[in-house]
Amino acid sequence: MLRGKAFKFGDDISTDLIVPGRLAHLRSNLPELAKHVLEDADPKFASKVKPGDFVVAGKNFGLGSSREHAPLVIKMAGVSAVLAKSAARIFFRNAINQGLPVLICDTDKISDGDELEVDLGAGVIKDLTNGAVLTSGRIPEVMLRILESGGLIPYVQRYGDIKL
Amino acid sequence: MGSTLAEKILSRNSGSAVRAGDIAVVPVDLAFVQDTTGPLTVRQFQASGLKRLANPKRTVLFLDHAAPSPRSEHSNDHLLMRRFAEEQGCLIFDVGDGVCHQIVAERLANPGEVIVGADSHSVTAGALGAFATGMGSTDVAIAMGLGKTWLRVPETMRILTTGKFPTGVFVKDLILHLIGKIGADGATYKSLEFGGDVVDGMGMPDRLTIANMAVEAGAKVGLFPSDRITESFLKKHGRGDKYIPLQPDQGATCETTIEVDVSKLEPTVSRPHTVDNVALARELKGTKIQQVFIGTCTNGRIEDLEVAAAILKGKERNSRTRLLIAPASRQVYLDAIEKGYIQTLVKAGALILPPGCAACLGLHQGILADGESCLSTANRNFKGRMGNTQSFIYLASPATAAASALAGEIVDPREVM
Repeated sequence: MLRGKAFKFGDDISTDLIVPGRLAHLRSNLPELAKHVLEDADPKFASKVKPGDFVVAGKNFGLGSSREHAPLVIKMAGVSAVLAKSAARIFFRNAINQGLPVLICDTDKISDGDELEVDLGAGVIKDLTNGAVLTSGRIPEVMLRILESGGLIPYVQRYGDIKL
Repeated sequence: MGSTLAEKILSRNSGSAVRAGDIAVVPVDLAFVQDTTGPLTVRQFQASGLKRLANPKRTVLFLDHAAPSPRSEHSNDHLLMRRFAEEQGCLIFDVGDGVCHQIVAERLANPGEVIVGADSHSVTAGALGAFATGMGSTDVAIAMGLGKTWLRVPETMRILTTGKFPTGVFVKDLILHLIGKIGADGATYKSLEFGGDVVDGMGMPDRLTIANMAVEAGAKVGLFPSDRITESFLKKHGRGDKYIPLQPDQGATCETTIEVDVSKLEPTVSRPHTVDNVALARELKGTKIQQVFIGTCTNGRIEDLEVAAAILKGKERNSRTRLLIAPASRQVYLDAIEKGYIQTLVKAGALILPPGCAACLGLHQGILADGESCLSTANRNFKGRMGNTQSFIYLASPATAAASALAGEIVDPREVM
């Protein structure tokens, strides 16, 4: 069970807003890059977020570039899961590969600052502030195993292959 | 039951008949990374415990995004990649060779193949009838090591094109119009499959421009049939033996079909800060532009420079509008010199940047000032994309870009053609 505070973002948060190209020189210096996570969407996010908190967004979260550094720095900031109405395909897959869960649900019911409790296995999100209960769809079995392994690298280390 | 192009290619490669929604493990025919995603790929490959590349001759590293390197951090990333290429014996295209997607099209991609690239615009090679898709660094690292990947077979959204392009209207206008219509997430997870009369007669450069932008509607792939045009392109580039014909079946199941009559299109522009925020060029007349950028994997080919040179010939750019031009590859650059386009463009006041991604993604070579606007032939206009969140990016065809460089503001290119 995950528990933390919701940090609310709008629709179409691109990977440029999560880790901009102007900071591409920091991609081999991840601790430094992580200090700028989501900076261009909310300059204060990195200083406010605490381990266990959630990024909660509207539709098409993570659109744009294939840069895996986007979910990577979100995870490094301590975020336990991303909740969004929908997520861009590459971001979604990258997040799972980094062991960062992405739950697709009706995030309109969640307000900035709400306390959330998330049961990953059941895909159930409880908003403890307003009492709303949301559910998210299932992800393919192979993704579930990657997520359970902690990401694609630990998965390959464990299984030595891609198994369906 | 017939198959879509995506189902055909993935069935062929996975060795079993797959349908939309199935998950398949497929051998990877070509895997590549570029210099902003590649360093993480190298580190993840090393962390995975996989020692050698499954197929070094079909694994490619490109140094194109920071090219040449504007700072020591990028230089060190380049060094890491050059060393990895040497150790593993894989292919590397260095600074100045050009944008990865252009080189993949010119030299590497073949119809029927599965191609994964650690760059979202890897969809470009769908123009050649390859199932080409963008992934992250780790997925590509594992594909490079195991020689395979897993894929969900996408549902298909078929785009049926009819009519004839009016003068001054190009395929860039078609794809911007389409994205405006279906939205920046209108094709998320799907295969966009292009067909119809217009596609049947469409040259490879135009197909590349359209496939390149499939991801801007969220698509996993942007697929074109492999036909006589594909065959002649492959022959021209010395690999005619790689040609196989590929067409979707008549009875293929498409989730949706969208018809576009190109005769009705007009020069189209994406406004800040999303690609689907489209308007007609004539509706934006009077919008001042401080920089015009012609290039990238979307529109940096010889045909694009030809259009720009024809409009700019014997004229000069507006004194308040900088004009940056980056050929997509060294080959494009050489062709443009030989055909005299470079001379024409430089005389018109253009600055020629090295073959590569150049100003597209805000690393170097043309970062905008606060409040400035750029009209670009690239594929993305997100806030901050060109290095400054306080600037504005408009996307258009090379014709609209060239005409606007003359006017100093957005204009419909038909005014000067």
